[in-house]
Amino acid sequence: MSDYNFAYLDEQTKRMIRRAILKALAVPGYQVPFASREMPMPYGWGTGGVQVSAACLVPEDRLKVIDQGADDTTNAVSIRRFFERTAGVATTGRTAEATLIQTRHRIPEEPLTRDQILVYQVPIPEPLRFLEPRETETRKMHSLEEYGLVHVKLYEDIARHGQIATSYAYPVKVEGRYVMDPSPIPKFDNPKLESAAVQLFGAGREQRIYALPPHCKVVSLDFEDHPFEATKADHACDLCGSGTSYLDEVIVDDAGGRMFVCSDTDYCEGRRDAGHRGRLAAINQEDAA
Amino acid sequence: MTPLLQVNGLTKRYGARIGCADVSFDLCPGEVMGIVGESGSGKSTLLNCLAGHLEADSGAVVFNTRADGPRDVRLMAEPERRMLARTDWAFVHQNPRDGLRMGVSAGGNVGERLMAVGARHYGGIRGQALDWLDRVEIAADRIDDRPTAFSGGMQQRLQIARNLVTGPRLVFMDEPTGGLDVSVQARLLDLLRGLVREMGLSAVIVTHDLAVVRLLAHRLMVMKSGHVVEAGLTDQVLDDPQHGYTQLLVSSVLQA
Repeated sequence: MSDYNFAYLDEQTKRMIRRAILKALAVPGYQVPFASREMPMPYGWGTGGVQVSAACLVPEDRLKVIDQGADDTTNAVSIRRFFERTAGVATTGRTAEATLIQTRHRIPEEPLTRDQILVYQVPIPEPLRFLEPRETETRKMHSLEEYGLVHVKLYEDIARHGQIATSYAYPVKVEGRYVMDPSPIPKFDNPKLESAAVQLFGAGREQRIYALPPHCKVVSLDFEDHPFEATKADHACDLCGSGTSYLDEVIVDDAGGRMFVCSDTDYCEGRRDAGHRGRLAAINQEDAA
Repeated sequence: MTPLLQVNGLTKRYGARIGCADVSFDLCPGEVMGIVGESGSGKSTLLNCLAGHLEADSGAVVFNTRADGPRDVRLMAEPERRMLARTDWAFVHQNPRDGLRMGVSAGGNVGERLMAVGARHYGGIRGQALDWLDRVEIAADRIDDRPTAFSGGMQQRLQIARNLVTGPRLVFMDEPTGGLDVSVQARLLDLLRGLVREMGLSAVIVTHDLAVVRLLAHRLMVMKSGHVVEAGLTDQVLDDPQHGYTQLLVSSVLQA
């Protein structure tokens, strides 16, 4: 074990963050200010998520960290190692085994359960930020429930592109009250925001925490004649053959060759272990052999 | 007839200085009130106090609301006042850049107020936007252009369309023709006069251009150093000015 306090932050700091989390859970979608600390990583690398995770972790927890759906990318690996060192908690890549999942830009494909906590890393918590630059004004708009401006953004999308082109960080209305930025998850994941798990959102630089309690009503904003659609690439996964998971497009050569693979690596591996095969799975195995 | 707007003893001070002092008037439905005066006479302060952009120090601004009859706007809760400001009221700024969203297309600008009061049908919003662009003489194929691509006169007309789309009953205008060249001014005034008649709008127009009030306003208030020095029917005040300052003002205009 190290010389750090459990999970890096001191107990008073964790207490302060927990209070913010409780308040956020009590008012779903409301951005609670908190005294964000400097973390030993740059802003934009998940300082908010890490603080929320640190405040929620207990020694019995099993931690999973996802970055864009993958468990093995730099951000995920470094945060997982950070908590292995400072908290000594067990870690896993398996969604079902994890009790606390910190994520960046994705929600796992596998439905979460009531025993799990999902922590999001949020770069910009304010859904109205690019519509109204004044912080005083956006706060007033939230408090008075003046959300017409969000639809102006969607209107502009349709006017310019013929459809709602916002594909990530798609604004949602929580419990018919607060408009919330679900962090930059693809809009494909928006329906999954209504979940059995507790979902916490931490923005370190912007010093805000917000939350969705289990089974909270989350509606993606849209127009009557242009309803919300959870879109994904129109393909099946080339490794596991899944036709329902969110896909990454990977360029494989200089001749325009490409493949589509599940963005959720754990989900994809699970399916392959269960014997599912996609279009290119056999070729890849030959390559490996 | 119940006046649409009753103003009683409205006073705004900036510390020891007077913004506007003890202003009272009634505005009937369909009536256009002009406020003239030199720079610094408190015209804009008065207008901003009326529209709720500035907090007045004392006095009452009673608006005849659709739902509950006459209510003092200054005693309303903020959500109510802001709701009023985007449904029954409109505010046309002197500089269209203050009143428009420059990063949003013309259609989005016109549609914003509709969406703010709950319109959620894209086709419907766009239809109304097209209708209003036509009424302010902006070509339909400019609907997806941003205001930055518009001329000053077009921007001002777009601002008017954006304000009138929810069918307000009271319009505040702060020098709507300022900064436009005379031929564009004439067209804009023509348009405004038509819209005011057609929609039965009441309006409070602040300007330092006497020609504008002569064309648009039924009644006129002349302000100097924060006080109303003369008020009456427009023609009466302009043709037979009583107060020394009004006489000076009227005689300063070059007769073309």
